[in-house]
Amino acid sequence: MRNLFISAIASLALGTGAAFASEGGHVENIAFSFEGPFGTYDQAQLRRGFQVYNEVCSACHGMQYVPIRSLSEVGGPSIPFDEVRAYAADLTIIDKETGEERPRIAADMFPTVTGDGMGPDLSVIAKGRAGFHGPYGLGINQLLQGMGGAEFIYSILVGYEDPPACAPADFDGYYNVTFTAGAVPDECKDADGISTVPGTWFAMPQMVFDDVVEYADGTPASAHQVAEDISAFLMWAAEPKMMARKKAGFIAILLLSLLSVTLYYSNKQLWAPHKGKKNA
Amino acid sequence: MSGIPHKHYEPKTGIEKWIHARLPIVSLAYDTMMIPTPKNLNWWWIWGIILAFCMISQLVTGIILAMHYTPHIDLAFASVEHIMRDVNGGHMLRYVHANGGSLFFFAVYIHIFRGLYYGSYKAPREITWILGMLIYVAMMASAFLGYVLPWGQMSFWAATVITGLFGAIPWVGDAVQTWLLGGPSVDNATLNRFFSLHYLVPMILVALVAIHIWAFHSTGNGNPTGVEVRRTSKAEADKDTLPFWPYFVIKDLFALAVILVAFFAVVGFMPNFLGHPDNYIPANPMVTPTHIVPEWYFLPFYAILRTFTPDVWVVMLVDWVTFGVINAKFFGVIAMFGSLIVLALAPWLDTSKVRSGRYRPMFKWWYWLLVIDFVVLTWSGAQATTGVYAYISLIAASYWFAYFLVILPILGLIEKPLTPVATIEEDFNAHYGVKSHPAE
Repeated sequence: MRNLFISAIASLALGTGAAFASEGGHVENIAFSFEGPFGTYDQAQLRRGFQVYNEVCSACHGMQYVPIRSLSEVGGPSIPFDEVRAYAADLTIIDKETGEERPRIAADMFPTVTGDGMGPDLSVIAKGRAGFHGPYGLGINQLLQGMGGAEFIYSILVGYEDPPACAPADFDGYYNVTFTAGAVPDECKDADGISTVPGTWFAMPQMVFDDVVEYADGTPASAHQVAEDISAFLMWAAEPKMMARKKAGFIAILLLSLLSVTLYYSNKQLWAPHKGKKNA
Repeated sequence: MSGIPHKHYEPKTGIEKWIHARLPIVSLAYDTMMIPTPKNLNWWWIWGIILAFCMISQLVTGIILAMHYTPHIDLAFASVEHIMRDVNGGHMLRYVHANGGSLFFFAVYIHIFRGLYYGSYKAPREITWILGMLIYVAMMASAFLGYVLPWGQMSFWAATVITGLFGAIPWVGDAVQTWLLGGPSVDNATLNRFFSLHYLVPMILVALVAIHIWAFHSTGNGNPTGVEVRRTSKAEADKDTLPFWPYFVIKDLFALAVILVAFFAVVGFMPNFLGHPDNYIPANPMVTPTHIVPEWYFLPFYAILRTFTPDVWVVMLVDWVTFGVINAKFFGVIAMFGSLIVLALAPWLDTSKVRSGRYRPMFKWWYWLLVIDFVVLTWSGAQATTGVYAYISLIAASYWFAYFLVILPILGLIEKPLTPVATIEEDFNAHYGVKSHPAE
């Protein structure tokens, strides 16, 4: 217990420095369609993103909190339900009641993927990462640009570069200039143990290349297009009710504004007899 | 109530008399709503209603969320996602509840600083102030307990760090911490009891709020002048006051509506802005986040907790004098709780005869410095504890204590306050003009 506490405190003292360093990772600000109060998901983009998830990401990543049926929801990729059901049936699951393997139904979740060499679950990863920070801990960048979860994913996917010359050839991982939480070989650190290179070595190899998928809608699959599409899809997967939420926000603001005006004049009229001419 | 003469409820019909003779509840409600309220209250007095609204909103959304939440380490995170995806309106409920906590604290800080400026804590309102402090502590406990429930990385590590504060108590610390956690580390037993307590503490809070309201209804509201309502006759009291309903209810509701516009802009368009992305990563005891930070509303006190490191001379001295019983870790814990205690003791630390800061020329400067200090502490609580940040938070933490322990007591003795207005009516008329005087 004490060790746990000490490690927690140590991470407060030391880790904040690392958090500052992680602001160094370059995250590109992309004008996604879902940003801002009026932003909506681009259905065609979500469908392309789903194709990338299905053909590339799902080999090593699951989405255990996302029900497959949500693919057909309005506001999301809106894939026809027949297709969603057929997609689900191609995946298997161990039935909780019978203990036997069976095809998934649309009401099941996307697969849970764990094990050696497998990546983290992607259900809410677009909310579990922030692309923008600061400046100076004031949160202004996040206020203006959004949290940047989708931008972070995009930048990671296109952030692979040839490793710097200082690194030994057999060093584990793949050099990525956006990912700053990974390992750095001692050869690339200065006398104080501070890394001298902008990126770190990431466990996931580069997966996004030009034409890594052939889009069903015919969109040219440049690496940047693919990275943007999958980032948008993962944002939707993390926040499928975004459009309903924004609508609720607008309605609440509209009604409360009307109420404010009504109450303002009620209050003014109510108090007028008690105030002098100056404010009557 | 309130000792201010005013019209009381009189049962007229038979049924009213029948009820009144058995349970004077209508009378209680009437007197509560019709309490004579100083008519010169300014807009800083609206936050009480905002807080009452926050409390009710948190209760309602929380009770519904609890219907769909599962307090088990294997299921909690998934049940929150279930709320976000499958429960009708669940995503709004959760975001209103999570951001509602922020509005609650935002409002309480303004409410507390209102009290500090206008001397609302001074006699005869000390008990109101102490009750307010207890409410604030109950709020912090509820917020901390609630933050653990989604069982994300920040939930887990916040629980580890905060219960670790109790672990810092000499000799019995480890035992106390184990008792709080229900085991050697944060685990299922912890999550279960935190869920139970997250439901219990708000009930205590509701009771405290009721007594808080009872207390200031007994003394009467304070007001910006710090001058008491004249209460020798009803005619005189009527010149200083207006009934709470409808005058202040409508005014406060107007303010509430405006504030809720901003609140729903946050909930609708940037619901995760005030949260931490790491809490969307399921709790993992094997991975310590690179950056453990509490929610923004804890940052000022978190900064005080962290700032007293072993290389601060006061800490070294205390460590040496107490033969190491009060080490840096325990010192930090004492400082953090101490920073709340000095706030609660403000009624006795402030020696000034004049209640309102409006008439205290020197006090004003120190007060506004305290406001800035609080903002700096909030900011520095999220910064690194190294380099220049360490000095900034140490200076800010020191000023917090200096304000209450040194500046408030001395100011009352050396300051020459202005003469407050004679009556509330005079203040009101100076601001709004005299009713029967067209020339104003």
